[in-house]
Amino acid sequence: MSYGSSASACRALLVRDFSLVWRRRGDALNPVLFAVMVVMLFPFALGPEAAVLARISAGTVLVALLLAGLLSLDALFRSDLEDGSLEQLVLSPHPLPLLLACKILVHWLTTALPLIVAAPVLGELLYLPRDVLPVMMAALALSTPLLSLIGAVCVALTVGMRRSGMLLALLVLPLYVPVLIFAAGACNAAQQGLPVLAPLLWLGAALALALVLAPLACAAALRISLS
Amino acid sequence: MNSPTPDEAPPLLQARGLTYLRNDEPIFGPLSFRLYAGDVVLMEGDNGSGKTTLLKVLSGLLEPSAGTVLLNGEPLTLARLSHQVSLLGHLLGIKGDLSPLQNLRFAIGLGGLRPGITPHQALKSVGLEGYEDVPVRQLSAGQKKRVALARLLLVPAALWLLDEPYANLDRDGIALVNRLLELHALRGGAALITSHGAYAYTSGTPRRIDLRDTAVEQAA
Repeated sequence: MSYGSSASACRALLVRDFSLVWRRRGDALNPVLFAVMVVMLFPFALGPEAAVLARISAGTVLVALLLAGLLSLDALFRSDLEDGSLEQLVLSPHPLPLLLACKILVHWLTTALPLIVAAPVLGELLYLPRDVLPVMMAALALSTPLLSLIGAVCVALTVGMRRSGMLLALLVLPLYVPVLIFAAGACNAAQQGLPVLAPLLWLGAALALALVLAPLACAAALRISLS
Repeated sequence: MNSPTPDEAPPLLQARGLTYLRNDEPIFGPLSFRLYAGDVVLMEGDNGSGKTTLLKVLSGLLEPSAGTVLLNGEPLTLARLSHQVSLLGHLLGIKGDLSPLQNLRFAIGLGGLRPGITPHQALKSVGLEGYEDVPVRQLSAGQKKRVALARLLLVPAALWLLDEPYANLDRDGIALVNRLLELHALRGGAALITSHGAYAYTSGTPRRIDLRDTAVEQAA
């Protein structure tokens, strides 16, 4: 009998999750739309002065993207829990952390990547200085996967509860703050002409740690949620 | 019952003093039984008697409060789940946005494929020919159940744990479940079915486990 390898299980999961996102591609654009709206509202509230907007541009884009990511976070395991797919996933003999890492990867590719692609446009709307843009993109490339991984652990912890939205936000925000501080720190340093490497390296180190540990924590949390 | 004696081969599934407590309230147990290849066992109990919980414990989703589950003589733990078990619960584990075929392909990726059968053939044998590419969302509850039954046919698990497999099915569907169980037993598989008693396995006399008198040792 062919039981199938873990690689084929991961491939099947990636194919399935991408097809699911494709079936609901309208919903997948919601976070981007949200981020665009937030960023567009700032000039209305603060006035169109280029100097003021340029000062807050990087921070605003970072916060808008973080909040947009939070919007889609709750859906990460929700539908799988409701239709029983999560039970099948947990019961499969393949390593659960590996399968969950695949799910988080799809989530990042479909929710965070469109946001990163939109980020230069959002920056342009707020007079983001051109030389800060590469630093902001680097900060986003390092911080969004980190946010997805941290978020996934918190979602896994709360997915078993009804109306967990508020609790999830409370759990996630304190963990998101350090990520935001380092990402914004890099952008601020770039704006003031200071070296930007240190905060970016901190983000990279945290990402490396989260890549290894978050799927494991996520698997343990899901098992608790399901029991 | 033509089961071999315990000395010959380890039972496919063995429960030893299985107990489950939720918030210190006993849900079931202690429960001891054995399932050999070719056994179809009907588990009876009223609503809320712990049938679903027992299946979750046997599949490895829940850790028993006491006792052990042995699969082919080896203990089953969360860290050592097995290809041998296939659980069909109240929640079917089927994506409404995907077609039956896509759902089955995913199940094969996750659980492996039994040799000599394709997803198309499996769908045909559960009576869903022509529905291969319709989103499952548009199917009826009974048809969704049939998709889940097709998954059982495809995945090479020797032990089926079926939670109310007859629910939502019409008379043909009930006959289909019985036919699948018969085939599975003939192939050397075993199945544990829960039922609140409305329908029964009609081919042959299945062994029964009654959750109402769980203190009694029920050996094979």
